[in-house]
Amino acid sequence: MSLKRTKFKLSPEQQLEMFYWLKLIRGFDERLSVLVRQGKVRSGVYSGIGQEAIVVGTCYGLRKEDYICPLHRDLGTFLVKGLDPGVMMAQMFAKATGLSKGRDSALHSGVPDLGIFGNTSMLGANLPVAAGLGLSFKMDRSDNVVIAYFGEGASNTGDFHEGLNFAGANQLPVVFVCENNLYGYSVPFEKAMAIEDVADRADAYGFPGVAINGNDVLAVYQTTQGAIQRARLGEGPTLIECKTYRWHGHSEHDKPVYRTDEELAMWRSRDPLPIFTAFLQDRGVLTPEGLAGIEQRVTREIDAAVAFAESSPDPDPSEAVTDLYA
Amino acid sequence: MSREITYLEAIREALAEEMRRDSKVFVLGEDVGPYGGAFGVTAGLAEEFGEMRCLDTPISESAIVGVAIGASLRGYRPVAEMQFADFISCGFDQIVNQAATHYYRTGGRVPVPIVVRAPSGGNVSGGLYHSQNPESWFVHRPGLKVVAPSTPWDAKGLLKAAIRDPNPVVYFEHKYLYRRAKGPVPEGDEIVPIGEAAFRREGADITLITYGAMVLASLEAADRLSKEGLGVEVIDLRSLMPWDKAAVFRSVEKTSRVLIVHEDVKTLGVGAELSAAITEERFEWLDAPVTRVTYPDTHCPFSLPLERFNLPNADSITSALRTLAAY
Repeated sequence: MSLKRTKFKLSPEQQLEMFYWLKLIRGFDERLSVLVRQGKVRSGVYSGIGQEAIVVGTCYGLRKEDYICPLHRDLGTFLVKGLDPGVMMAQMFAKATGLSKGRDSALHSGVPDLGIFGNTSMLGANLPVAAGLGLSFKMDRSDNVVIAYFGEGASNTGDFHEGLNFAGANQLPVVFVCENNLYGYSVPFEKAMAIEDVADRADAYGFPGVAINGNDVLAVYQTTQGAIQRARLGEGPTLIECKTYRWHGHSEHDKPVYRTDEELAMWRSRDPLPIFTAFLQDRGVLTPEGLAGIEQRVTREIDAAVAFAESSPDPDPSEAVTDLYA
Repeated sequence: MSREITYLEAIREALAEEMRRDSKVFVLGEDVGPYGGAFGVTAGLAEEFGEMRCLDTPISESAIVGVAIGASLRGYRPVAEMQFADFISCGFDQIVNQAATHYYRTGGRVPVPIVVRAPSGGNVSGGLYHSQNPESWFVHRPGLKVVAPSTPWDAKGLLKAAIRDPNPVVYFEHKYLYRRAKGPVPEGDEIVPIGEAAFRREGADITLITYGAMVLASLEAADRLSKEGLGVEVIDLRSLMPWDKAAVFRSVEKTSRVLIVHEDVKTLGVGAELSAAITEERFEWLDAPVTRVTYPDTHCPFSLPLERFNLPNADSITSALRTLAAY
């Protein structure tokens, strides 16, 4: 029981596409951070800056029918899966044009047509749902897969155990992706659990678990593709633990006084973007003109998203009490 | 065509018929597979529909509900069994946060059509954790529907309605009634709509509102008083959320006296809401305070004398009706 070491080839165009997604997601979160300080986005911003390689490495190349169950720091997964950045920005602005029409922010609303499940704020509560989505694919006899995300903190919940055990017992096509950013809000990893690798927990559920460098987009991609292949072949779930770090506080309202400047500086030196930029430049895939073009495109798209959100109407107040029942 | 079957058989028949009608309907829960469930409700289903559609699960109530939610998002119609309603607290978050808010938080785009079956109620020497009536927890949470049938006819018809409903429905089936309640049940596809009460007995003097196993004790008390010339109108709510306000108010306007009977505890039970609504909206019709006969605010003890002390019965209901009539 192990992951096959297959090399999944990526063309230069695909590599550039991944680079574009990294830049877009970084830019999107950076802009949100500014918008919070300007008071334009009121709350609900849980920056994923520093963790983008996990988003892109796991979501890139998924089928539209494949399902994702993101965590709160992964707004980028919505974008890679096909959601218009304007709609996600409107969701953050609590506008009528957002996914939940102003009822809630961020990830709390899904898009079935794009294969996106939107979780609650109960961390880990998406994992049993992911198992249910996986069960539906198995019942359909389709080879679609589910990618379910959670932090190392959520791996201490009952839902983590129940969801992963259920998926293991039924050999469901689910890839469980742990984003281990070392802190559950302010509580460091070592205070919350007595093991070094969340990946070890997979042993208890009868499927492989691997711990990898979550800041290396290609490593994340290769590992995920191996797990997806297993899932599509009916060989069951995989747990991939991506070691990473969040640069900002838990939310934009949190001053992360519980960690040192040295620690942050060390992890900033492992920023997934320059690592991948250098990789692409060394191989001549990314030219200076190419880089400028991507950066311009990203700025343009984020500007357009913000303009759409700002010009969108607030929800009608009466909608506070509608859509309770279908 | 109808014939007499038990409440338990009626539930099983609804499940089997719905599974035959719609290949997307499946059941999941602890011991529901070849074993047929702790009470035998799902007996024979695994044989007819296969173990995938009659899925034995680990002891994981949260996962049972969460998995049901996930499957429902892809077009399935899962019926999740909590082995006892008492265990539903282990799946509480998935019901009240995940399922109940989903339609609202997706801006009215994505409903969650699941049913959570919950065998509830006492008078079976079940003790603290096999006797509970937690229905008001779910009535209190917008986005959920809650039903509690009292007859085999309704057990079948309401379960069919719940399975076809696009919303999450918590279906409380009373364990005391499983084999004790026997009655006519239509063989065909008879649906009992969610939200409609049933008048079990007509009467002009007092309105008695109840549901679940308390319907039996209430009818017994009403029978006794009819011999004394007192007409008690017994309304079986059947649906607790939404509840049939029109039927209740129609009766209140006729009788001007209201007794509410339920097996759940008194404080903030369903009776509290009924009483408040009647007082708020039909105050001028009332000739007496809205009164309740309920379980006291305590737990369900194991000892038979202790449990019987707590349970409302025909005697306590009769006594309350007499007091109300004399008011």
